[in-house]
Amino acid sequence: MRRWLPNPLVSLVLFLAWLLLAMSADPANLLLAAALAVAVPLATRSLAPEPARIARPAAIVRLGFVVLFDIVVANIQVARLILGPESAIRPRFVWVPLAVRDPNAIAALAGIVTMTPGTLSSDLSPDRRYLLVHAFNAPDEAALVAQIKARYEAPLLEIYR
Amino acid sequence: MSTLAYAADAAAALLLLAGALFALVGSWGLVKLGTFLKRLHGPTKSTTLGVGCVLVASMTHFALRGTPSAHELLITLCLFLTAPVSAHLMVKAALHLDPKIRPGPPPGGPAGD
Repeated sequence: MRRWLPNPLVSLVLFLAWLLLAMSADPANLLLAAALAVAVPLATRSLAPEPARIARPAAIVRLGFVVLFDIVVANIQVARLILGPESAIRPRFVWVPLAVRDPNAIAALAGIVTMTPGTLSSDLSPDRRYLLVHAFNAPDEAALVAQIKARYEAPLLEIYR
Repeated sequence: MSTLAYAADAAAALLLLAGALFALVGSWGLVKLGTFLKRLHGPTKSTTLGVGCVLVASMTHFALRGTPSAHELLITLCLFLTAPVSAHLMVKAALHLDPKIRPGPPPGGPAGD
């Protein structure tokens, strides 16, 4: 099992992605999807960090909705800032101390921070304990850090274990 | 055309307009803002919602015509996987090219070990 499917989660995503791409579940596509699901993780095994260990599917769904909601809200905020006077924008770098340790979870957090408008993850300290975030408009540094930790990092701590 | 289909088409049209508006604002930010890091926020972000709106409109449109499509979900997935990576690479390049804009090391911890 581990030998042929070193990362079952990635295999599952690849399998479903191929079926979605082909928009059919006939035997030929099922076979091709299965072949990809086995071949790609094997070929990229040396690139990947340790496979993610994920628990609590409900927490994943909840986090997904929180992120979607934040994307919509924050997009409107950023659009208004762009259309308003540039002098009203207070950009800054913020170091966010991380409680998550799993490299996959840190990658997920960095991706979420970038996808939610107004923040951009820029760098990771070499000891992986701080994430450098560039904020488009952050009058209050502590509030931004608290928001990232409460809304995104806390669910990720539940999910990755 | 039934009332429901008409309403769904109207919703799709509104979503297309909203998506186009967000994409336009994002691009406007790219032109208008003063520094590189500020400019990066325009196109990487406002376009997320812009593309999202267009994709939902597309799904509505095709579901209505009996050819439901899931390709939009894949586009969303690829967008969410690739956009952070490209933005991250650009910030890294900017910090490398202009070390003056790089902030100090994190508080209370060794920066490099």
